[in-house]
Amino acid sequence: MDESTEQLGKQLQERIHQLFGRSLGIREVDAGSCNGCEVEVNALTNAIHDIERFGMHIVASPRHADMLLVTGAVTRNMEMPLIKTYRATPSPKMVVAMGSCAASGGPFLSSYAVVGPVDSLIPVDVYIPGCPPRPQAIIHGIMVALDLLEEANNR
Amino acid sequence: MSFNDGLIRKISSMAERLEHRGELLHVATSRDQFVDLVDIIHKVGGRLVSLHATDERATAESFMMYAILDHDGCLIEVVSPVWDGVPFQSLVPRVHAANWYEREIQDMFGLTPHGHPDPRPLVLYDDWPQDTFPLRKDFDSSIDIPRIPREYKYRHMEGDGVFEIPVGPVHAGVIEPGHFRFSVAGEPIMALEIRLGYVHRGVEKLSETMPYHKGVILAERISGDTSAAHSAAYCQSVEQLFEIKAPERAEYIRTIILELERLYNHLGDISGIALDTAFAVPAADGYVLRERVLELNEWLTGSRLLRSINTIGGVNKDIDRDKSAKLLSHLVDLRLQFERLSSTMMSSVSMLDRVEGTGILSKENARSLGCVGPIARASGVDIDTRRDHPYAAYPDMSFRIPLQKSGDVYARTVVRIDEVRESFAIIEQALDRIPNGSICTEFTGAPIKTTALSLVEASRGELMHWMIGEEEKPFRHKIRDPSFCNWLGLELAVRGDIVPDFPLVNKSFSLSYAGNDL
Ligand code: SF4
Repeated sequence: MDESTEQLGKQLQERIHQLFGRSLGIREVDAGSCNGCEVEVNALTNAIHDIERFGMHIVASPRHADMLLVTGAVTRNMEMPLIKTYRATPSPKMVVAMGSCAASGGPFLSSYAVVGPVDSLIPVDVYIPGCPPRPQAIIHGIMVALDLLEEANNR
Repeated sequence: MSFNDGLIRKISSMAERLEHRGELLHVATSRDQFVDLVDIIHKVGGRLVSLHATDERATAESFMMYAILDHDGCLIEVVSPVWDGVPFQSLVPRVHAANWYEREIQDMFGLTPHGHPDPRPLVLYDDWPQDTFPLRKDFDSSIDIPRIPREYKYRHMEGDGVFEIPVGPVHAGVIEPGHFRFSVAGEPIMALEIRLGYVHRGVEKLSETMPYHKGVILAERISGDTSAAHSAAYCQSVEQLFEIKAPERAEYIRTIILELERLYNHLGDISGIALDTAFAVPAADGYVLRERVLELNEWLTGSRLLRSINTIGGVNKDIDRDKSAKLLSHLVDLRLQFERLSSTMMSSVSMLDRVEGTGILSKENARSLGCVGPIARASGVDIDTRRDHPYAAYPDMSFRIPLQKSGDVYARTVVRIDEVRESFAIIEQALDRIPNGSICTEFTGAPIKTTALSLVEASRGELMHWMIGEEEKPFRHKIRDPSFCNWLGLELAVRGDIVPDFPLVNKSFSLSYAGNDL
């Protein structure tokens, strides 16, 4: 067990319950990642972090998702698939840009094969810095996204 | 190993120039002789390590094509000119492993293979304008490249009851993007076509713009779970170019982190195989072990993915005596848990039932496609860069190279389990024998004029970085990830299996999309 995960997770569980009354559906989209970010997203579901117990569910289709977790600087070849995935996600939806590449383009920004950071194509709610961000940072980022959602709901 | 005299005589009769450069035999030949020469080496068992081009129009007035072959532990580099607008004779009818390489050359340089059985684009998509080639020196990265609508032609199978199942590029699980198209008749897969290139980020071109010290950072981001192996290969090739040598202590530290990388990747793959056979308990245990290694990586080096350790001339982080002792005791613990896990897995009848005879890649096919790493070794192909072309501290290590014959998911699982054991043993040996001294040599001087070639055995198999240097940055940097050699093996291995077995076979191949697409 990891204590920081434990603490963060408990807080998150409460938030998710308040806001949704059910689990939060997250769809991960690799839009041009080096796969380092995927190592950490996968680590979220191992028995040490085990985010499912806090009500965060990695879903198999954007149709089931409340949130898109996008990694990588968007490549030319992933531009359309990313936009289609975004459109297939029902509103209201949140987008989290995970990792330096998704947030800013990282070392790939100037390449002919890269369109740009995620927010150059779809609106982004939260950016999680790191290359790759640690599992705890991802959980924290998701929490910030929920704060924003709550604020919007109260307005 | 020494070169075979008969072969050398044959080669020299067709060569314009022949030169021994350390471990490498460099052979320059004419365009007409290139295919025959490569074919001769291939026929006597030479394995194609890479085939790539360079744009040397400024100095040599032509493009150049390089084939790297490994013949019985001897590396041969065959080079010949290729001209713009004049199609070159394709190697593929004689050397199947050249398939994707030639398609890549066509995309990136606009040089067309004549007689290639499948000359479709590989990484640059159909909407890419047909007169723009990124790896040419006169390509301007700053302009916006328009999209030209055009359609990609998939192979079609027809017949009564034959259906197509398209999957991806966005998959159901947390994996990288790629498109799979199955032609099925009922449950069995008749053919699979794999289309990649979705995460093509233009790494080779970017590398030509990056000063060497930044190039290491880029190399770590070619395929994130292979950060240590890619950066080691990058550093080794720059070290060759500048004729500097990492201190012995650094070579040992590199060995340790390379094995830690193999450990966490193999543990993930083994657990993934358990998961895909619905064997949840060992899968969960295995993923915990993998997480333990990631945590160990962070504690030891500051990075879970072992980044920022390799640097040109050595390493950035030392392992002091205290850490070394603690690492050893952690390893003992991990080892015990791993043995429990592997015996649970390999003694379960329901698990064995799923993996035995599933996804068979024959030795013949593995050879002809030039497969590498655990995939090749599970099909009985006895190659391992750590033994065949030793680097870092591997010459001082003793280890076994596990081999299997059946080429199925079972064999690939067993090979990885055995390799995990060897990795534990190598790290222990390295920690035990690590010499004192500095961990980094100063990076100075000017690059040599010839090419540099560096091979590293990553967790997925042999990985190559090849370079022509300039003062500040590479003039040309060819990267060949092990997955590039193994993807086509997956197409063959799933034929005849049922669709629900595909995820399992795919997992047992454990391929990198980012490394393949570059
Ligand atoms: S942020 Fe880092 S780990 Fe994530 S995709 Fe980019 S380079 Fe890879």
